[in-house]
Amino acid sequence: MNITNVFASSIGKKFLMAITGLALFIFVALHMVGNLQVFLGPESINRYGAFLQGNLELIWPARIGLLVLVLLHIWAAVKLSAENRAARPQPYVKHEIVAASYASRTMLMSGLIIAAFIVYHLLHFTVQVPAVNLVGQTKLLPTGSFAALEDAKGRHDIFAMMVLGFQRPLVSVFYIIAMALLFMHLSHGLSAMFQSLGLKSPTYGPLIARFAVIASWLIFLGYVSIPIAILLGYGSKYVEALK
Amino acid sequence: MNLTLRVWRQKNAGDPGRMVEYPATGIIPDMSFLEMLDVVNEGLIAKGEEPIAFDSDCREGICGTCSLVINGIAHGGQRGTTCCQLHMRFFKDGDVITIEPWRAKGFPVLRDLVTDRGAFDRIVQSGGFISVNTGGTPDANALPVSKVDSDRAMDAAACIGCGACVAACKNASAMLFVAAKVSHLAQLPQGKVERTQRVTNMVKQMDVEGFGNCTVTGSCEAVCPKEISLDFIAQMNREYGRAILKGTK
Repeated sequence: MNITNVFASSIGKKFLMAITGLALFIFVALHMVGNLQVFLGPESINRYGAFLQGNLELIWPARIGLLVLVLLHIWAAVKLSAENRAARPQPYVKHEIVAASYASRTMLMSGLIIAAFIVYHLLHFTVQVPAVNLVGQTKLLPTGSFAALEDAKGRHDIFAMMVLGFQRPLVSVFYIIAMALLFMHLSHGLSAMFQSLGLKSPTYGPLIARFAVIASWLIFLGYVSIPIAILLGYGSKYVEALK
Repeated sequence: MNLTLRVWRQKNAGDPGRMVEYPATGIIPDMSFLEMLDVVNEGLIAKGEEPIAFDSDCREGICGTCSLVINGIAHGGQRGTTCCQLHMRFFKDGDVITIEPWRAKGFPVLRDLVTDRGAFDRIVQSGGFISVNTGGTPDANALPVSKVDSDRAMDAAACIGCGACVAACKNASAMLFVAAKVSHLAQLPQGKVERTQRVTNMVKQMDVEGFGNCTVTGSCEAVCPKEISLDFIAQMNREYGRAILKGTK
């Protein structure tokens, strides 16, 4: 048995699941911290955006790496779930759920819906497909699309894009629902990954459980604070001035 | 007490099986669940019907032979209790009780409530032992074992191999059973010698038998009559990760 066993054995695939999950959690945390700069005003978030967009040598390896992580995470999940289904060909006539939390029983579903949200989210803010903003961006702005938004210093106006995007209640509601699912997924996944990697023990168990709860709440609150603040009027004066 | 039983009846492995209803009358609350089934079976035999087949042996909660899913819960839902130690006072007069066998690909039903748990034997045969020749009793202090280690090894060794963990798991995973065996032996100096090959072989056999994977739901730990902790699965994963890095046959 060697390292290739992570693709073959039951526990190996759980290692793959946990390691890719951990890496994706780190990305989700850093992405949130980056996004929260929207509260520091247009200058901060636009400079951050220009910094990321300006370093093609960094951003493309990062994007490819994330894609590989997501694909491995989904592959392992689908494979493990198929094996799990096959392990009980005949269901119970009566089955009572004992101890298993709702989040732990629905990891595949919450994960797949989050994956669908990521596709939408990339089309919305990265590819900036105009139709994805539900009403079309042309109706919102004289300039026509998110991609054409520029601030006074000639940088892509991320601040205006976020405000215009989240001012659409349907866009924000979908975003908040996706973050609620992410919260659920993390509330189980963040402690289960330590278990899968064998890092849980009687000493560290309580600490890991607390970390999972606190980290998933912080991620949820951090992300949803942005659409909620914008729906409540944050940044509206800035985009009005653009029109 | 008068109860209604809804019992899984299946002639043999090839039979599709079905639920059949039986009245259980004149049950004394101090009877164990299996004694209640004995009473029902005596009634069936008197009527010339085939009695309900179920597994039992010691009937004092230490052998791991009894294996009933009662009202959808492996061993019936009384914490840390096998169904032979579950007494009828746990139920109310007039209750309808559903009784099914363990359901897993690794535990095929042989008849009614009896399953073939040979898969567990094959997992143990693949590495759940220590291959040293036994000699005379060693001096008590010849092999120092810390109190912490011996207690933890004993906690894992409490596993009676009943298979309730598999029955309760939504994935029919045998991880808690295998983890208990792996952790028990890896904890002690005699078992440490073969720990790398042991975990490799046992996990391989577990996968071959068609058991599912761990989703860390905690159902196994909750129904385990010996209350084996989920922490042992983490310990097995640690052992397995170590074996991958070391490389084994």
